[in-house]
Amino acid sequence: MDLFEYQGKQFFASYGMPVSPGDIAFTVDEAVAAAEQLGTPVMVKAQVLAGGRGKAGGVKFAADIEAVREHAGNILGLDIKGHLVGRVWIEKASDIAEEYYASFTLDRSAKKHLGMLSKEGGVEIETVAEENPDAIAKIWVDPVAGLSEADCRAWVAAANLPEAAVEGSVSILQKLYTAYTEGDADLVEINPLILTPEGEVHVLDAKVTLDANSTFRHEDYAQYDETQTRDERETAAHAKGLQYVGLEGSVGVIANGAGLAMSTVDVVNQVGGAAANFLDIGGGANADVMAGALEVINNDPNVRSIFINIFGGITRGEEVANGILEAMQRVDIDSPIVIRLDGTNADEGRAILQPKLSDSLMMEETMLDAARKAVEMAS
Amino acid sequence: MSIFVDENTKVIYQGLTGSQGSYYAKLNAEYGTQVVAGTHPKKAGTNVDGVPVYASVAEAKAATGATATCIFIPAPGVQGAVLEAAEAGIEFVVAITEGVPAHDEAYFFNKLQAEYPNTRLLGPNCPGIISPGKCNIGITAGHIAKAGGPVGIVSRSGTLTYQALYELKQKDIGVTTCVGIGGDPVPGTSFIDCLAAFEADPETKAIMMIGEIGGSAEEEAAEYIKHNMSKPVSSYIAGVTAPPGKKMGHAGAIVSGGKGTAKAKMEALEDAGVRVGQNPTEAGELMADIVSEL
Repeated sequence: MDLFEYQGKQFFASYGMPVSPGDIAFTVDEAVAAAEQLGTPVMVKAQVLAGGRGKAGGVKFAADIEAVREHAGNILGLDIKGHLVGRVWIEKASDIAEEYYASFTLDRSAKKHLGMLSKEGGVEIETVAEENPDAIAKIWVDPVAGLSEADCRAWVAAANLPEAAVEGSVSILQKLYTAYTEGDADLVEINPLILTPEGEVHVLDAKVTLDANSTFRHEDYAQYDETQTRDERETAAHAKGLQYVGLEGSVGVIANGAGLAMSTVDVVNQVGGAAANFLDIGGGANADVMAGALEVINNDPNVRSIFINIFGGITRGEEVANGILEAMQRVDIDSPIVIRLDGTNADEGRAILQPKLSDSLMMEETMLDAARKAVEMAS
Repeated sequence: MSIFVDENTKVIYQGLTGSQGSYYAKLNAEYGTQVVAGTHPKKAGTNVDGVPVYASVAEAKAATGATATCIFIPAPGVQGAVLEAAEAGIEFVVAITEGVPAHDEAYFFNKLQAEYPNTRLLGPNCPGIISPGKCNIGITAGHIAKAGGPVGIVSRSGTLTYQALYELKQKDIGVTTCVGIGGDPVPGTSFIDCLAAFEADPETKAIMMIGEIGGSAEEEAAEYIKHNMSKPVSSYIAGVTAPPGKKMGHAGAIVSGGKGTAKAKMEALEDAGVRVGQNPTEAGELMADIVSEL
């Protein structure tokens, strides 16, 4: 789950990290009211789950209320990399002496947490990593041992932050690690972490991704799920509890298992087509799940054919076949369906489907043949 | 021979009394797995289909001499279950459960490595392990695998593992052991662990490796194969067409920052001398070629 900047800042603030006061606004009037409350000057910042907001004109300095009105008016409704701006964060403007970068994420190779700290903040860290890798100080933290203050100090020293920023940075980085671990985050990133002319270290931006698997111990995370950017299809699939990702093509894909579903999308592509989606209906393939999946795919206007690719493991072929037939009775389907059924009791399953085959329900023996047929039907 | 588990492996099911645990423990027992015990802190003294339930893994181990456990406990309890098994001295822990937080996985991986180096964890979020004809721990349908050898399989994906077993069986090729390492960010057992075990196993003559987008486990495996493996390997990587930044079902299957693409993985594997198929069927055919050349 990706958090908006302001949600990320609120998340950081709840772990005691210093962030600027601010307020969220959905309309120009709300933005003006927030600025009046905070006192100008303020920053008007587009809240979208995309990078490059500044370049797109989504982040503006407002010296007075008139400027707030103007910028909020321009930014609300702006399209930033396909994300429509629906809310702006009005924040008390900060004076900046220096900009740093700090983050924690999981290093999957090392199987440890990786902290990165650089005094070259405020720019894309990928660029720093490429052009001046020595400017990034890295620390690998054992999840059992945690981040000690001594290790944190050594890390800050390795990053060559100026003396004035050391104490504030050590304090913030320790809190950042706590937020990262206790908050079950996949990523916490501050870019920039700033030093003010007064010598305060302060969080000026926040990028937070939370682990959706951790919601059982963070009930309040449900609020973030509601603000995830999904297209209409993804929202409908999510509501049905389906693992669905919208794509651009015209062949609707239903498969059981994430690996097989990914593989199905690949194979459709290999034979010259393009999948409309990734959809994993999980290990089983009962009528309820299948009907839900068919409904979601059927509502996608781009879909011209549907490829159902099921490999029966524990689930037997005849159960799968009956599930498909029952689901087809429940949903009025517009596009032809091509089925590939293999695995446990595939012969029995195919025998059930055989008498029902028509121009709108086809069956192929192999994944490749079925993909070819589905692509042919879609063109 | 097989790796990690065989006909002598005695298995405790943590979560035997639940619907999933009882269902798969029964299927595993029917396959021939030595399902010797279950655990539940409040149901000691009862039994599930004749399998005795103990209060803890330590008690179950003491009573049965089991060396392996299989975890069907819901995600919030997996960390506790893994550590309980390790503390009891279990050598092989298979965690089937999906949806375990990544921070828990990172924690118990490191805890095991530091304090319980004799415990091997497989999973979480994996289909389990099967040494066909000998032992099946987890949710793989046993009859889709042909017993014997000469092929060992290691896979990050569940259904693609079944697909691989099935493709080989259709071609009358046997499997020594098939290990599903799971699609999560911190798998207890890695590709390299399995490759090393297969390399050391005299009955395994060739290895099929099924990977996915995300992370760099396949690249690391390629590096390992290049320098340490004498046996031929065929491979398939799912997710060639996956868009960056989108999780494709598995928590681990995501391409981020241009890293972890299928293309990079396939190139690394080919560079290590691995024969890479464009789809699961082709990978099966490549393995059939390899086997015919043995």
